Amino acid sequence: MGIREGLLALLANGPKHGYQLKVDFDAATGEAWSLNVGQVYTTLQRLERDGLVDAGPADDEGRISYNLTAAGREDLRTWFETPVNRSVANRDEVSIKLLVSIAAGIADPQGIIDRQRRATMTELQDLTGLRGDTPATDFAWQLHLDRLSLQAEAELRWLDRVEQRLATAAPQSPLQPTPGPPVATVPQEGSR
Amino acid sequence: MNHDAPLTPVLSMRRVGRTHGSGAQRVDAVVDIDLDVHAGELVAVMGRSGSGKTTLLNLAGGLDEPTTGTVQVSGDHLGDMSKTGLAALRRRSVGYVFQQFNLLPALTAGENVTLPLELDGTDLRSARAMADIALEEVGLAGKARRYPDELSGGEQQRVAIARGLVGPRSLLLADEPTGALDEITSEGILRLLRGRCDAGAAALLVTHEPAYAAWADRVVRLRDGRIETVSQRSAVPPSLAEVLS
Repeated sequence: MGIREGLLALLANGPKHGYQLKVDFDAATGEAWSLNVGQVYTTLQRLERDGLVDAGPADDEGRISYNLTAAGREDLRTWFETPVNRSVANRDEVSIKLLVSIAAGIADPQGIIDRQRRATMTELQDLTGLRGDTPATDFAWQLHLDRLSLQAEAELRWLDRVEQRLATAAPQSPLQPTPGPPVATVPQEGSR
Repeated sequence: MNHDAPLTPVLSMRRVGRTHGSGAQRVDAVVDIDLDVHAGELVAVMGRSGSGKTTLLNLAGGLDEPTTGTVQVSGDHLGDMSKTGLAALRRRSVGYVFQQFNLLPALTAGENVTLPLELDGTDLRSARAMADIALEEVGLAGKARRYPDELSGGEQQRVAIARGLVGPRSLLLADEPTGALDEITSEGILRLLRGRCDAGAAALLVTHEPAYAAWADRVVRLRDGRIETVSQRSAVPPSLAEVLS
């Protein structure tokens, strides 16, 4: 996701060979998602197959430079102009855990909230520590850490909101009662 | 956190409770609080409005007396101290940054900051030097001669922060210290507070902002006046590479 287009973007200012692309991609992203050369060459072969790049002749050291084609430039333009659709990631495990605990009546939702809050707050503390230690000039990493921190912050706010909703209107289980013995038991505090 | 910290906590609260009113009007603001804050440690206190956060801070700084239990600052029992002793401790060892700025309008920003030092017998020259440093730290270098009404709300708040942090203080108490400030300035203030703790102070920070609480070593939460630990910074923090993998 994004690597294909990331490589196209790095070819926009002129031809480069695979290793140079790996180095440039790593530098641009603060080495957050360091690529291996094999991954770069596989991607370049697919881009060539799709007509988005052209392979040039090999240089003295046998390295092949790649050029962006007109179709590649068009593909890149579309990518930059299209917002990323995040809805594919909408299914959230914490939501599922909370909702099924309420529906099945088998675990205390407050306990789930407390444990999740502890984990996410620790994560936010650790990210903040890293932010404090990362120089302001390291733009790529400030940007990554800001995003991760804001996501953690959003989850903490959401957990507060859920807690408030539970306190003001205790939800009823939407499930039909099933005959027969219960299929699960209430987990103890601290168990998963 | 400073692992060479002495074992005596800078702030120690034992079974502290504070009740307002009696009978049907009785309200337990905080109940059975046990809390230690050591030198080098920043502890954030979170919780909904009315959960007892401000009461806890007032009790920690000797601005309010507990109904039950004991509060010690640097080993001294606040309950055993005379009013003058308590006042001296509050001027010398405790720095307060509260929601209300409480700046004296007839004094300049610099004079507001030096006042607690002067009251405590620091000579004027040293007090001014310390005030200049404190004002510079909050981004107000060159504004020492302005009066509060010549400063914006955010600048007044930063003067109040400088006054709370000026000079050597072992215990810092901050109640929503960045209320009127923008995010970038707020982060600067949190870095400052963090820096003071890294240099050996102990601090209690009341905030409802997870992003600010995250500067703390430990986050506690008040629920119905009772305290519970939410989280602790990881003993072995993750590396940059690990957080994105």
